Amino acid sequence: MRYVDEFRDPELITKTVEEIRRLADAARHYRIMEVCGGHTHAIYRFGLKDILPENIELIHGPGCPVCVLPMGRIDDGLTIAHEPNRIFAAFGDMMRVPGAKGSPLEHKARGSDVRIVYSPADALEIAKKNPNKEVIFFAIGFETTAPSTALTLMSAKKQGIQNFTVFCNHVTIVPAIRAILDSPDMRLDGFIGPGHVSTVIGCRPYEWIAKKEGKPVVTSGFEPLDLLQSIVMLLRQLRASEAKVENQYKRVVPWEGNRAALRVMAEAFELRPYFEWRGLGFISQSALRIRDTYAVWDAERRYSVPETRVADPKSAQCGEVLKGVLKPAQCKLFGKECTPEHPVGALMVSSEGSCAAYYNYEHRKSLVTTISAVA
Amino acid sequence: MCLAIPGKIVEIIEGQNDVGIVEVTGVRRKVQLGLLSEDMPVRGDWVLIHVGFAMSKISEFDAAEQMRLLSMLGEIDQAIEEVRGYGGDDNISEISVDHQVRSRPN
Amino acid sequence: MSHGAGGKSSRRLVEGLFAPLLLSSGSSERLADAAHIEIGGATVAFTTDSFVVHPLRFPGGSIGELAVNGTVNDLAVSGAKAHSMVVTFVLEEGLASSTLEAEVRAMSDALKRAGVTMVGGDTKVVERGKAEGMYISTAGIGSPIPGVHVDAKTVRPGDKVLLSGPIGDHGITILLARADLDLEADLNSDTRSVLPMIEAMAAQAAPGIRWMRDPTRGGLATSLNELARDCGLSVELNEEEIPVRDEVRGACELLGLDPLHIANEGQFIAIISPEFADMALNAIQLTEGGDEARIIGQIRQEPANTVVVNTRYGGTRIVDMLVGDPLPRIC
Repeated sequence: MRYVDEFRDPELITKTVEEIRRLADAARHYRIMEVCGGHTHAIYRFGLKDILPENIELIHGPGCPVCVLPMGRIDDGLTIAHEPNRIFAAFGDMMRVPGAKGSPLEHKARGSDVRIVYSPADALEIAKKNPNKEVIFFAIGFETTAPSTALTLMSAKKQGIQNFTVFCNHVTIVPAIRAILDSPDMRLDGFIGPGHVSTVIGCRPYEWIAKKEGKPVVTSGFEPLDLLQSIVMLLRQLRASEAKVENQYKRVVPWEGNRAALRVMAEAFELRPYFEWRGLGFISQSALRIRDTYAVWDAERRYSVPETRVADPKSAQCGEVLKGVLKPAQCKLFGKECTPEHPVGALMVSSEGSCAAYYNYEHRKSLVTTISAVA
Repeated sequence: MCLAIPGKIVEIIEGQNDVGIVEVTGVRRKVQLGLLSEDMPVRGDWVLIHVGFAMSKISEFDAAEQMRLLSMLGEIDQAIEEVRGYGGDDNISEISVDHQVRSRPN
Repeated sequence: MSHGAGGKSSRRLVEGLFAPLLLSSGSSERLADAAHIEIGGATVAFTTDSFVVHPLRFPGGSIGELAVNGTVNDLAVSGAKAHSMVVTFVLEEGLASSTLEAEVRAMSDALKRAGVTMVGGDTKVVERGKAEGMYISTAGIGSPIPGVHVDAKTVRPGDKVLLSGPIGDHGITILLARADLDLEADLNSDTRSVLPMIEAMAAQAAPGIRWMRDPTRGGLATSLNELARDCGLSVELNEEEIPVRDEVRGACELLGLDPLHIANEGQFIAIISPEFADMALNAIQLTEGGDEARIIGQIRQEPANTVVVNTRYGGTRIVDMLVGDPLPRIC
């Protein structure tokens, strides 16, 4: 696969790891956070932790839009979709996320018309093909996905498609990073910056992290060589006591972002004054809602929304794991009450949430290591 | 948020605003091109696809540049060490990774 | 119910409900793809499987073919050659007779290719809205292949993991044929009888065959996790060695799926002792359709009950069983 395989070249990977070992100060313990859930997934999928030196610790950040979605929002979306002539359309990622009354797939088993779509454009197509039904598209994602939802809303308006609405749960990445840095327990040396969000918002939005917080940021691609090269770039900055934003993912991320994408986002969306993030609490100016000009296509205005609020059990330590203060295995519920099969908290629910990723890719390995160390 | 794959535009659909067909190792799918309206791709261009929308054109130049830098790893730092050895180490960091300064050909 | 997709839910249903109440042994330990039983001094292998697939016809095959090959393969990986079959059709009222005829023809062709006779069957019609067109169930009986003894408990560290061909073709073909994801590719289901390859392997390497399975629902990952648990050892795979077609890879990358979790209908895995591994591989590669067979890994002592994949650059990751269906993701 072009533009993929080259960035998985084993020889270059070995070379880059050697460079990392050369650059990393043996006396130092580096704590680097990768913000984006996709990066977390890639790190585990390619087994990168195994080849990095021991003194580089990768901390998983909160960039998982499924993980930070409050359970109540899922219940709200499913409640709206429960009527016989309604179709609930969402990405595959959402299908097993449990609301208080079950996940979308469970609702489907109980008779609701629940459909998996790959694209918001496909949800609009379903509306066109089913004029007697109302399609509610459950939109999630950071700024990577929001422009696509926006374009779809514009398309619905342009074509006069009335039986289509969006239940909007788009959130923005910068407030999430701010929440991490505001956390008193957090000690980080630098950030592997979001890759695909940056194709939309560019690299400027991270400059305050370097200038005001003094932490280097490198926006990174998702292949092994991308992540490793980003770590090289971070180490170089740290060695030189620098802190600036650098763009490793240049083949795809424009420094100024994608103007057309930002324009359509501004056309269809505005910032909510505040929004509840699972595990992080209420954050102001951190989420998008549909503008008045598109009110007709806003599920929250067309239908009455119960505004369900479901609290996570107090014993779940999602907030601390989300902020990187605790490792997944340090949460009291991890691996016992909370597993991918019966997730209690947000981070076990999505396959790229830190707890799920750790559980699926590493947990059992570490169990064995513990046992053989003791024996 | 994150799953986006490089694919090649193999067709632009006549008569449909900003819609094309993209191919990823033999798998084809309709792709919305509206987010690239300021720099519309043509057949043969490679784009990054996320939820059925093209997010960005892939720069062959930058990809090749990255490969070049990676294959020179170790050599660059050796060069820096050598120069440091001669005592002339003002702005050494400029030699290494600041490729923001480079301009892309069009 | 996600229990039909293979993986953890199915296993719980079998172990927790069916085995204690239905099986003579009361436990699902030693449950293989087919049962080998003695009747009047002769050992016969006996199995059943049911087929629920949508759409009924897809590139490379149809439900009828799956129904024949599936049962032939269950017998084959248990170390038996299929002899005869019976079939049950559950048909939705209003199903076009041309559709039914097409499936019966497909089954007839598949039976001929597999060298198996259909000796009986039953048909039921259910009301419109049930059965999604048609469900088919087949039961097959056959005789053990001489010299072949399949048992997870005989697997030892050092044994090799052998795979008959590229993975993911069937599952991805079905996914694409459903059309909701609007993807197109030149891809076919891999449905076929694996008996010829297994017989060829047995002729050269029977004493070395420890265990076999056809990785259907839940894919390679599920079958190998079951093995790891049944033998208490570790299955270590080398990612580079696992054959995957470009189109399957492209679809999986696009949708965020792992080929290891995708269903196959024309492949088998065999665990072979090291002395016989090369001979076994050679025999399969020389058989028609077996040219893409590979040795993809080995059995180790640790980490027990776990399937581990070595990535191409010294990293490792653990691969677990599916929980329910593989779902596309965007994150």
